[in-house]
Amino acid sequence: MSGLEDLYREIILDHYRSPRNRGEIEVPPALRVEGFNPLCGDEVVVFLLVEDSIVRDIRIGGQGCSISQSSASMMSAAVKGRSVDEARQLISSFKAMMSIHEQSIGGDGTESGPEPPGATIPPEGLGELAALQGVVKFPVRIKCATLSWNTLAQGLDELSSQSASSAS
Amino acid sequence: MAATGAPERTGLGLETGRALDAAALRRDFPLLERRRSDGRRITYLDSAASSQHPRQVLEAMDHYYETTHANVHRGVYAIAEEATRRYEAARVRIGTFVGARAPSREIVFTKNATEALNLVAQSYGRRLLPEGKAVLLTEMEHHANLVPWLMLSQERGTPLRYLPLDERYHLDLSRLDELVDGAGIVAVSAMSNVLGTVNDLRPVIEAAHDAGALVVVDGSQLVPHRVVDVTALGADFLAFTGHKMLGPTGIGVLWAREELLEEMPAWLGGGEMIRDVRLDGFTPNDIPWKFEAGTPPIAEAIGLGAAVEYLQAVGMESIAAHERALTRRALEVLDDRHGADVTVYGPPADDPNRGGVISIGYRGIHPHDLAQVLDAEGVCVRAGHHCAKPLMRRLGVPATARASLYLYNDDDDVLALSDALAKAGELFG
Repeated sequence: MSGLEDLYREIILDHYRSPRNRGEIEVPPALRVEGFNPLCGDEVVVFLLVEDSIVRDIRIGGQGCSISQSSASMMSAAVKGRSVDEARQLISSFKAMMSIHEQSIGGDGTESGPEPPGATIPPEGLGELAALQGVVKFPVRIKCATLSWNTLAQGLDELSSQSASSAS
Repeated sequence: MAATGAPERTGLGLETGRALDAAALRRDFPLLERRRSDGRRITYLDSAASSQHPRQVLEAMDHYYETTHANVHRGVYAIAEEATRRYEAARVRIGTFVGARAPSREIVFTKNATEALNLVAQSYGRRLLPEGKAVLLTEMEHHANLVPWLMLSQERGTPLRYLPLDERYHLDLSRLDELVDGAGIVAVSAMSNVLGTVNDLRPVIEAAHDAGALVVVDGSQLVPHRVVDVTALGADFLAFTGHKMLGPTGIGVLWAREELLEEMPAWLGGGEMIRDVRLDGFTPNDIPWKFEAGTPPIAEAIGLGAAVEYLQAVGMESIAAHERALTRRALEVLDDRHGADVTVYGPPADDPNRGGVISIGYRGIHPHDLAQVLDAEGVCVRAGHHCAKPLMRRLGVPATARASLYLYNDDDDVLALSDALAKAGELFG
């Protein structure tokens, strides 16, 4: 029942208290995407400015628990200035970090298991994002941690379908 | 803590007003005897979501499964008759507990209170509520007493109106006469599952009946904690659920006046609810079985009957008095120790129309984080919107942390909550 220190790492609390890239970007040129967790009411708004397949700027709005808000803040810091491909790689690697552990919960405790597709970066390569790994010990909170990442993925999908339709 | 003065009527007229010994009662609840890995006890403060079970309830269900399980109202053999007898005896006990005039005919077993409320909306609402008549609800309703009416409104265009909340967290009845005019149904909670407010139903019922409207009472939060007498109250429908009153999950109750149940069409179709079935139609069964399609939750009904027996043995007056005193104590401890760090969303400690549901905010810490830290201290509270999103919007918060009290809680639980809040404060600074 304990193990709170695994959940509330200092770096997570730091991002919660001093969130990075908080704010808005004018739409257009930016894209605004909303993510919502109907079960707990957590809400993340991602403003995404992509030019030449580079995430030039990203801003975060919304409200929610420390895990959802710090994960959004850490995500914004991790993808800003990266290429869209790199951002997608981070998304799948982050979600893999969550789901690998999700499989092991309630099982025999081993962390082996099939590597989910797209997990090209192991947790130790994710920098400070790896601090969120402890969340998987608290299954109810996993969706808090992944909310902003799913929202970013939705934004990138919208952008790529926009550019696909404008190219055709 | 014993109640004084003339005792109110309890279900079976058992002795009332005895002081309640929560520590002794807790020994009846196996789950509350469980120790955490560090040897500390569990502080269970989430009975408004679901209460724990005394051995007497678990044993009644075990005994049924071990000795008399058979389908009810079907077999002619002895154990089937015994199962039917026990199932129907539970119905009568539960009906008597809430003051039904004809307990054997006026109690319909459902899956939960939600299904009971859907039954009223789907049967009475769809077929008997006159076209154009409104349904009057309140801003503090649980989704279970909102969504069935929203569905009815979507289907039939039924106008919905809402009694607002005042600044004291009570219903604002100043426009009651105006709002009830043209309503065919008034559906209102007896006690808020978020605020702890116990609603004064008498003026609402009087105004509704004067306007020709029927009154549906959501008793999910009040029936487990206070004496509720439908006959004295003059309500038309009462919905409540087993698992918030020491009973098992999977069993709920709709009480309705006999003549209303007679008039209402069947809702769910299947076995048990029919008298005759032909290839071109069917004849429904008598009440209450007309509303109990398929094999019912037999063990659960028997378990709920045993739960009611337990509550009656303790005495509903004693339970109410215990909870009043403990609620007052909890609010005082929170205020003394935490002062302005705690925001209570509900009536103050000295408000007599207040139950043991305490919704709080603490130092701006998100309720999910708060509940997580409290859990690490062995304190179980609910964090979230409590299935009352319109009320959350009215309060201007996305969620609250909610502690709720019952007969087995005591001073140690209150102090454990207060200590755990301080820990959360340290962590989130």
